[in-house]
Amino acid sequence: MKSNDSLMILALAAALAVAPFFIYPVFLMKVLCFALFACAFNLLIGYVGLLSFGHAMFFGFAAYVSGYTVKTWGFPTEIGILAGMLVSAALGLVAGLIAIRRQGIYFAMVTLALAQMVFFFCVQAKFTGGEDGIQSIPRRALFGVIDIRNDFTLYYVVLAIFLAGFLVIYRTIHSPFGQVLKAIRENEPRAISLGYKVDNYKLLAFVLSAALSGLAGATKAIVFQLATLTDVTWQMSGEVVLMTLVGGMGTVLGPFVGAAIIIAMQNYLAQFGEWVLVIQGVIFVTTVMLFRRGVVGEIGAYLAKARGTAKE
Amino acid sequence: MFELLGVPPQALFGQLLLGLINGAFYALLSLGLAVIFGMLNVINFTHGAQYMMGAFAAWMLLQYAGLPFWVALVVAPLIIGLTGIIVERLLLSRLYHLDHLYGLLLTFGLALIFEGLFRKQFGSSGLPYQNPLPGGVNLGFMFLPWYRGFIVMFSLVVCLGTWFLIERTKLGAYLRAATENPQLVQAFGINVPRMITLTYGFGVALAGLAGVLAAPIYSVTPVMGANLIIVVFAVVVIGGMGSILGSIVTGFGLGIVEGFTKVFYPEASNTVIFIIMAIVLMIRPAGLFGTQR
Amino acid sequence: MRGTFKAAAAAALLSAGSFGAQAQMTDGVIKIGVLTDMSGLYADFTGQGSVWSARKAVEDFGAAAKGIKVEVIGADHQNKADISSNIARQWFDVDKVDVIVDLVSTTTALAVNSIGREKNKVVLVSGAATSDLTGSQCSPNSIHWVYDTWSLANGTGNALAKTADGKSWFFVTADYAFGHALERDTSAVVEKNGGKVLGKVRHPFPGQDFSSFLLQAQASKAQVIGLANAGGDTTNAIKQAAEFGIVQGGQKLASLLIFISDIHSLGLKTAQGLTFTEAWYWDLNDNNRAYAKEFAPANKGVQPSMVHAGVYSSVLHYLKAVTALGSDGDGAKVISKMKEMPTEDRLFGKGVVRQDGRKIHDMYLFQVKKPEESKGPWDYYKLASTIPASEAFRPIEQGGCPLVK
Repeated sequence: MKSNDSLMILALAAALAVAPFFIYPVFLMKVLCFALFACAFNLLIGYVGLLSFGHAMFFGFAAYVSGYTVKTWGFPTEIGILAGMLVSAALGLVAGLIAIRRQGIYFAMVTLALAQMVFFFCVQAKFTGGEDGIQSIPRRALFGVIDIRNDFTLYYVVLAIFLAGFLVIYRTIHSPFGQVLKAIRENEPRAISLGYKVDNYKLLAFVLSAALSGLAGATKAIVFQLATLTDVTWQMSGEVVLMTLVGGMGTVLGPFVGAAIIIAMQNYLAQFGEWVLVIQGVIFVTTVMLFRRGVVGEIGAYLAKARGTAKE
Repeated sequence: MFELLGVPPQALFGQLLLGLINGAFYALLSLGLAVIFGMLNVINFTHGAQYMMGAFAAWMLLQYAGLPFWVALVVAPLIIGLTGIIVERLLLSRLYHLDHLYGLLLTFGLALIFEGLFRKQFGSSGLPYQNPLPGGVNLGFMFLPWYRGFIVMFSLVVCLGTWFLIERTKLGAYLRAATENPQLVQAFGINVPRMITLTYGFGVALAGLAGVLAAPIYSVTPVMGANLIIVVFAVVVIGGMGSILGSIVTGFGLGIVEGFTKVFYPEASNTVIFIIMAIVLMIRPAGLFGTQR
Repeated sequence: MRGTFKAAAAAALLSAGSFGAQAQMTDGVIKIGVLTDMSGLYADFTGQGSVWSARKAVEDFGAAAKGIKVEVIGADHQNKADISSNIARQWFDVDKVDVIVDLVSTTTALAVNSIGREKNKVVLVSGAATSDLTGSQCSPNSIHWVYDTWSLANGTGNALAKTADGKSWFFVTADYAFGHALERDTSAVVEKNGGKVLGKVRHPFPGQDFSSFLLQAQASKAQVIGLANAGGDTTNAIKQAAEFGIVQGGQKLASLLIFISDIHSLGLKTAQGLTFTEAWYWDLNDNNRAYAKEFAPANKGVQPSMVHAGVYSSVLHYLKAVTALGSDGDGAKVISKMKEMPTEDRLFGKGVVRQDGRKIHDMYLFQVKKPEESKGPWDYYKLASTIPASEAFRPIEQGGCPLVK
């Protein structure tokens, strides 16, 4: 199972390394940023069983922080991204402390409400530029040497960030820590009775997820050279849920596949304007009704079944 | 007379009344959510869209059938409730055996679809709807439009009527029993699935009713429910889902708190409810009227 | 990537050159991208109508007869900066779009403004309001066509503050950069005319219930209540002002940014008496009416807005400049040609484009008709006064545009 996974991941990395020769790199970078965001979100829903409906607050706020540190304070790009990630982690700690007091549906509603609060804060705060957002964020050379003004170069930087984040998540899931998380998801009372401080585990997972979402958002701000309110809205929180759901919750590659599908759809359906929202809703409903395992989950189940019958 | 932080008491009374009016909407919407949640264990994310559809239904009834507001006040919630029943029968009812989160996800998707379709059909600028009760009365400390007064009285009646129905009648007793132990109630010969369907329809109709009430004072637009629903979620979290009465009291109460914020620190009036939510969660995670599950 | 694009462009130039008489258009085609709001809050006064207007301009220009190939494509930027920036980059880099027009919200306009500059293309903004486009953010690759926050604040503030019952103001302001800018600019104009600002209240954005803020405005006894907000906030505020009898009580409502679709959504009964500034109205003269007559049947019976007219006017002038220049390759060159040539079209008449990228024309102060004055749907405006082009826009030296020396 595990060697199978690493094989798939290697194949994915290889495919991504050659992709920009065939596909427009800016589009690919967008997919990678959202894929990382969805993977971070999946860490919670897929492995801890917590549905956060407010993850946009980490994604979007980190974008503002990284944009502001780079543009207004003139820090180098890598500091900006790091700052975005750290602030998101801190925000995750605060939000997590409040939200993990409730489970299930309540948790979803609490995170949603907290994210909405962050949204209103961003609308009014001076440093975010309100409706205008932070525009024309410079792409400063990375570590002072790598010129990222070229989309092609930047793509590989983003790819490296994505793979790093992805591996962190992968390692977490397969660590003893990840095993405890899964135990909590399966049966929380039992995990408590086994002596685990369930809340601490949940909080740690939440902070990690927030930090990685922040990493994704901060990177996106550098790629598109802007940070705006869009990334903090609750619709964005909904989008990441959709990506993960479509790709397959609790699968390793699902969030990536889901992000690719949704971003591609948004991109190529842009001329159909009005219908994008409806189509997204329809995908949501069909996935929930018919393909709850998502694309990757369904394929996995199909393969497992095929293997099962072959053995017989 | 005393003055509070430089605001004369007359103005304060006015703001209190206005807060109460907004609270009426919160109460109606959170009541609908609570009724649905009590029976189905589903958080109805479509609630905001259904509120919007209620307002549009009133507009369409006027536009296409010439039916005035007072007719729409009865007919539109019935129509919206009916759409809710269809949604429950066709989709929601197939998810009860799964994690409740799927109900939330489904209704979220539905909200997107409804909002998108109405945008496609009617655009986003909004539609006009005339005030059925123009004019008002000067209360000395403020000018109270008749219609606003009507909203408060009417929603109070509806809220208390719902509370009476659920807590004090035989039908309500069945309902509460079915929430506790559906198998047992089914064994007594009561059709529990139908009761669930009707409950969902009723909760949705309440959202539709709030929408009709909103049409004359707020712009009738496809997005009118989208942001409101999140505030209502916070109201529900603060009140806790435990009791029907709790959701009514919290709804009105938070409306008033928000009203005061608009006088003393208007910049925070959008966030005050969320801040209260965070504080309540720190002190009483189950909410003011809830019981920890 | 840029290298390959340049190579492709060069190859296209060569092949175009081999046709001889044709103008030297990159890849042989002038490609116009209408990037607009097709689904959101502003879709009613932009959206498909803007695409239609761009096509109409191409048709009226007679591109086909002149042997020039022009293609118009449209996309929805959903008022999101990242989506618009994504589409703009892809259009410029991959799809060989030469000019992007419309751009409705401030964020999308600012985002595409900087991309157009980076890639040396042309950006013609009609929908967005921010005066920064011709101020601190001005670019040698952009023109701001129809209106801006300064011209609205100035038009409405000036006209009202000059009258005897427009001396004292109270602002109901959306609490974000755009609202603050409108409030600031209008206050300055009001005070310059000897008026006074009695107070202001900042409402959260987006808001729904304005009754509380309106009561505060009412209590201030100001003669004019200035609404420094837009879209749904404005319509909600106006609707509730009518409910609380604010206008009947003798106070005047001045909306600092409002479109004809907003008036349509409010209905005349609610909106009557409202004063505001716009750049264009379909029923203002015969030329406009003729345009509206063609526009409405193709656009669900809706009358054209000032943004639609702006898209038409800007695309027409762009085509003229490109033909005069004989090439569409160098965006900055095209823009300087557009600034050099005086503008003239059937919707905006004669005008000029200033050095900072500001298109100059008359603005108009309108008042919404009473229901009994209106002949039917879309007959909404009464002309109160014309603000001559020379006074309508921010003086060039006050904008702080680095292009102006």
